[in-house]
Amino acid sequence: MWDTIFPYLLSGVSVGGQYALIAIGYTMVYGILRLINFAHGDVFMVAGIIMVYIAASGLPLWLCIPLVLLITVAVGFLIERVAYKPLRSAPRMSVMISAIGVSYTLQNLVLYITGGLNKQYPKIPWISETVAIGAAKTKMVTIVTPFLVIALVVALVLLINKTKIGMAMRAVSKDFETSQLMGIKINNVISTTFIIGSFLAGVGSILFFTNYPTVIQTSGAMPGLKAFVAAVFGGIGSIPGAVIGAFIIGIMENIIKGLDVILFKLGVIEAPLGLATFSDAFSFALLIIILVVKPTGLFGEKVTDKV
Amino acid sequence: MNQKKSKKPMIITLVLVAAIYIGVFIAEQTMPATSMLFTVLKKGATYALVAVSMNLLNGFTGIFSLGQAGFMLVGAYVYGIFTIPVAQRAAVYQYFDGGVIQFTVPVIIAMIFAGLAAAFFAFLIGLPVLRLKSDYLAIATLGFAEIIRAIFQWNGLGPVTNGSNMLRSFPSFNDFNIVGADGKVAVYLSTLIPFIMSGVCILLIVLLINSSYGRALKAIRDDEVAAEAMGINLAHHKRLAFCVSSFFAGVGGAMLAMYQTTVQAKSFTSAMTYEILLIVVIGGIGSVTGSVLSSFLFVACSEWWLRFLDEQQMIGDFQVPLLRNGFRLVVFSVIIMIVVLFFRRGIMGDKELPDLLSRRSKSKGRAVK
Repeated sequence: MWDTIFPYLLSGVSVGGQYALIAIGYTMVYGILRLINFAHGDVFMVAGIIMVYIAASGLPLWLCIPLVLLITVAVGFLIERVAYKPLRSAPRMSVMISAIGVSYTLQNLVLYITGGLNKQYPKIPWISETVAIGAAKTKMVTIVTPFLVIALVVALVLLINKTKIGMAMRAVSKDFETSQLMGIKINNVISTTFIIGSFLAGVGSILFFTNYPTVIQTSGAMPGLKAFVAAVFGGIGSIPGAVIGAFIIGIMENIIKGLDVILFKLGVIEAPLGLATFSDAFSFALLIIILVVKPTGLFGEKVTDKV
Repeated sequence: MNQKKSKKPMIITLVLVAAIYIGVFIAEQTMPATSMLFTVLKKGATYALVAVSMNLLNGFTGIFSLGQAGFMLVGAYVYGIFTIPVAQRAAVYQYFDGGVIQFTVPVIIAMIFAGLAAAFFAFLIGLPVLRLKSDYLAIATLGFAEIIRAIFQWNGLGPVTNGSNMLRSFPSFNDFNIVGADGKVAVYLSTLIPFIMSGVCILLIVLLINSSYGRALKAIRDDEVAAEAMGINLAHHKRLAFCVSSFFAGVGGAMLAMYQTTVQAKSFTSAMTYEILLIVVIGGIGSVTGSVLSSFLFVACSEWWLRFLDEQQMIGDFQVPLLRNGFRLVVFSVIIMIVVLFFRRGIMGDKELPDLLSRRSKSKGRAVK
């Protein structure tokens, strides 16, 4: 039985880690701007596309990766400056609509550049090597991902708790206006948040597309939504929450994908039920249950509504 | 006197609408049926209904729902399932032994079924979701749309929904043309009928908005707490708006099915909802006229007017750079972003057509004085 479940568990941990990197971007932006950044999943996709094109230009790989991360960060920064900053005092709905508009624009832009074709993601040596763990064969990236995620999260938590900009971020997420009055340059803080978020999405995209090596304009939408679900599940605004939520969702999703096979091998069912169709729907069902039962998520802070 | 003043723009509006319908009818009889104009009009009429139904929620009730594609999917499927001719079912449901449903109902009844099914789903979804606030509600409804999509694609329901295969062979808009004895089309109605369908539905929504229910919904939009203090039952009114909006989204879905002639669950993605939301925003959140206008504009731009951007163009010997497949959508998204960022009120703001006319006649009156 363990041999049947283990491969699914393994890819669940890997996908979970990649969702976690995206989810941090959502949770940080939401914590500060109270905005669901619908375009974040597309930033993740754009990072993948940039990698495709830069690698195709023939640059050595050790140069490609930092360059991709740099451009992704620039994209995230620009999106904030162009699409969200002018709407700082507008109602929240307008900003959300703007985010949807950005997502639409990015997808169409990539559609134009790629011609709507699936692009093959370049093979990155070492992490795309195949390794065997017990009976399961997997790519190196599966093993690397959780450790890399934990390392990045520790670094991020240190940044938020120990540095000046981190303190500013915490202040802004507590009270936007007061922190402004206290002399915090909130535009810098917000830009930093987007830069960190895009950086992590860029790292996530390198890991994700090593596993699923085609990129198309819509490939950011689903991971983006799921990462958002993970952020809500863990309690939006909380970084450890987002990471734990992402791992749980990644693992559950992959187990559901393999549920037919697992149940079949265990002798519970005789014919496949086609349950894999529900692997995406499951995340959203979880989201709705969480929102209804405990809207603040696993680690979220209690927020009271002011009239 | 006052009464007369407020009646006049209404009458002009009615005359204008009637003129549009007559214009559509005449155009359809005289122009070739393959003209791009009719594609735009048919799809535009469909989108207009869906956009107005979304506006009822987002613009008039202040519920930021992103579930529209899901309800359209329900409508489209219910319509398809109940109208595929019995003789065709064996071919359509080839993997599921012809399906379990072996009867058809008239188109109009199937459309009402489509609406009712969507409204029923909305009722179920609304029970947990409508308690949530703004963006949580948006993401929860988006999630429900995805769940609905998964359910309809599940092979376990195949005998009803045809699993992940497409539904086809049901009556489409072209089947409304009246065919003469010689096999040629005698009277073209394939554009007028969708106009009438969507017109009737939009009229019903407008009547709802202008009723006491509609005023209650606007009160909820403007200030939930104050509305509750005035004795408006929040839960009841929100549920009402949600179900009514979904009903019409379902009817819109049925119309989309007729327009496309095939239905497949995987095309009803969140991208479709975003598109409709952008239509509503361009038209002006809180304006029925705006939603209708921008639906036609949106469809015309994306299907027709901006098509030239997708092909290579030559001016003399000079080849215009950048033009190739997909450029249309880039230009289009930039226009949308400009509207979203700088013209947040959209085409109409929260004004309706009669409002505009009355302002014009007032200023005219002043000029005469």
